[in-house]
Amino acid sequence: MANKQQIPEVETYIDHEAGIIREVKQPKLHSKKGRERRANRAIYITLTIISIIWLAPFVFLVLQSFRSYLTEDGGMVNYLIPKAFSLDNYRYLFEDGQYLKWYSNTLIIALFCSVLQTGMVLSVSYALSRMRFKGRRLFMNIILILGMFPGFLTMIALYFLLKQFGLTQEGAIPGLILIYVASSGMGYYISKGFFDTIPKSLDESARIDGATRFYVFRRIIMPLSKPIVIYTIMMGFMAPWGDYVFASYVAFGKSDSYNVAVGLYRWVNTMDFQGYFTRFCAGGVLVAIPITILFFMLQRYYVEGVTGGAVKG
Amino acid sequence: MADLHYLSLSKGQRFLHRLSRSIRQLPGRLAQGVKSLALAVARIFVGIGRDLADLATTFLQGDWKTKTSYFIMGFGSIARGQVLRGLLFFLFQVVFLLYMLFFGGAYLAKWGTLGDVETTRVGRRTVYGDNSFLILLYGVLTLFFVLAFLYTWRANVKQNKIAEQILKSGKKLKSGKQDVAALADNQFHKTLLALPTMGIFLFTVVPIVFMILVAFTNYDYTHQPPGKLFTWVGLDNFRTMLSAGSANYGSTFSQVLLWTLIWAFFATFLNYFLGMLVAIMINKKGIRLKKMWRTILVMTIAIPQFVSLLYVSKMFAADGIINSYLMQWGWISKPLPFWQDPIWARVTIIVINIWIGIPYMMLIATGILMNIPADLYESARIDGANAVQMYGKITLPYMLFVTGPYLLTSFIGNINNFNVIFLLSGGGPMSMELGGNAGYTDLLITWLYKMTVNNTDYKMAAVIGIIVFVVTAVINVVVYNAIPSVKNEEDFQ
Repeated sequence: MANKQQIPEVETYIDHEAGIIREVKQPKLHSKKGRERRANRAIYITLTIISIIWLAPFVFLVLQSFRSYLTEDGGMVNYLIPKAFSLDNYRYLFEDGQYLKWYSNTLIIALFCSVLQTGMVLSVSYALSRMRFKGRRLFMNIILILGMFPGFLTMIALYFLLKQFGLTQEGAIPGLILIYVASSGMGYYISKGFFDTIPKSLDESARIDGATRFYVFRRIIMPLSKPIVIYTIMMGFMAPWGDYVFASYVAFGKSDSYNVAVGLYRWVNTMDFQGYFTRFCAGGVLVAIPITILFFMLQRYYVEGVTGGAVKG
Repeated sequence: MADLHYLSLSKGQRFLHRLSRSIRQLPGRLAQGVKSLALAVARIFVGIGRDLADLATTFLQGDWKTKTSYFIMGFGSIARGQVLRGLLFFLFQVVFLLYMLFFGGAYLAKWGTLGDVETTRVGRRTVYGDNSFLILLYGVLTLFFVLAFLYTWRANVKQNKIAEQILKSGKKLKSGKQDVAALADNQFHKTLLALPTMGIFLFTVVPIVFMILVAFTNYDYTHQPPGKLFTWVGLDNFRTMLSAGSANYGSTFSQVLLWTLIWAFFATFLNYFLGMLVAIMINKKGIRLKKMWRTILVMTIAIPQFVSLLYVSKMFAADGIINSYLMQWGWISKPLPFWQDPIWARVTIIVINIWIGIPYMMLIATGILMNIPADLYESARIDGANAVQMYGKITLPYMLFVTGPYLLTSFIGNINNFNVIFLLSGGGPMSMELGGNAGYTDLLITWLYKMTVNNTDYKMAAVIGIIVFVVTAVINVVVYNAIPSVKNEEDFQ
């Protein structure tokens, strides 16, 4: 009885989808498949709702970036879709000069970081993964303990340290690069985990043939490590775009040395009443687009890095 | 608890059991830690004693080259033909002596008081006195330099001893060329680690030691060099932070610490389970467009947080679009206090964090779900298990087993999750009941930031930093012993 009651319900659903004929021929499988389909439909609905929630803020952001600050209102208003689409905000970003300066600052920092940090991280992780030497465990334990201190604790000391060398305010860009790169060797965990998975026998056979450690590193391990190299470069490039704390502290009061995060944060929080909100939206869009494209191009490597790191801990 | 009893427990109960056991064992473990620390210290002293004895015998039995090396570093090496090594030793000694003589020595001498010459004004001119900040900072540097010198000096003596032995046995010493070549081969780790170690030392170790010491001084906006001096005050700052009373931060501190832990708990476990759920939904057989769903979710990882979180924080503002639309539709008559009310603000932050956090967990869970052997599900299905049972008996235990370490790091990461709080609420809403500029959504880490930047109360910032370290370390030790380690893999079947 129960089966019979379910059949019409299932049939109406199946009408929407393909494969109706085979289903009707096997009434016993039918109810099971029907349940499956209903479950899938619920999942589709849930995923659609989730997707809408996930994308909505970004859609809103883009919409509001098209509201002119000159003819309409640059501040926060109580409607989403601008009365007239305009590119005034974007024009401002390019003509004002300040935003371009922030943008190029961040780009320079990101480029340097991606190269230098990769060098640091790979050196440390290769040494710790492949070589056994006195003090290796001590080195790893010290880094573990140092990692438990909150990063901002050292902010003041670093600021004054940099100030001694004139690397704050006007010199904030090289100063920031120095800060980001100097300690980056502490983030060796994920790439060490990767190196650990490359069989040691590769090294050993090459060493028996007379290859030096350096040769093994350059010619054997590096070519096998493309995913982790790309992951490290990617992380090094993306992180500086989001750093507010050190960037604002080191560049303190010198707006030519800001990165985009600091500049835009100021637009939205301290200059909010002057109607900089839509210009913040436009600036945000211009930052988000290249980063997002880059991210999706290299997504495969990111996923490998994240999952590898999580499972190994 | 008997083994049999333990085995009869479910996975969750076993975890709780291990957790409680781990907490119960904490005093014992602490005692053990103290004991092993004492042993280590004793071992160090024994080691130093043996070292001194060795130094003496090397001096007495060594030839004149060795003896001279005690005073002129690298002399023995040069005299025996290892010019490169010898020159490096010698150079180090010269640099060290010059440094101490013209720079470090003066700073180290004033370390006890952190300076006693006040900055004064003579007529219209300012005469600068001691700078406590530089004395403390360079003092730390100099101290490390002295340690490095002692180590190098010892290495220099050892070199002589070894060289003598090698020559006595009739072998040849390594040439400078061989030494350099070794740096790309057997000693390659030295090449690789030299620069990173220098970086970590200068930009992490020295600042951290410096800040730990600041916690024991009265360095704040009323004692700001170069105008003013600051000095050692012992444990006063910790007393101010931890004890109750209107002049102290005790009640504020407990409030902030409690919220930090609550936040970390929800941020970690909500994201963990919801992210897993989403991953299971997307990975279910028969769901199409898997790649698209994943891409949509991952958007929040791809877009820099200062863009997405700042925008969302404005969306929920009193005059933001969410309140505006709710009012236009007539659902509410006055704006919802998303950021104005403590409870609202806390809940809003946790909910928005789901938006940021789920995608990470989804990516991780996706990888792991694919690794669960399909025949486990197959046999469960034949036995008549339904989806919920399969989740509880197969998926969840497997996930918990594999991602135990991840949960731990994620919890610690959330304790230090500066971005979400700072960009969303800025720690607010503020209150007169809380001291030190703290707000109701401030974590320890954002409070530390405020102490540094807004209050310039460096001594308290340093105290908070040390407390964060202690909290992190304790959680690490307690939980790490409770989670099934990756080693005993047979624990999971």
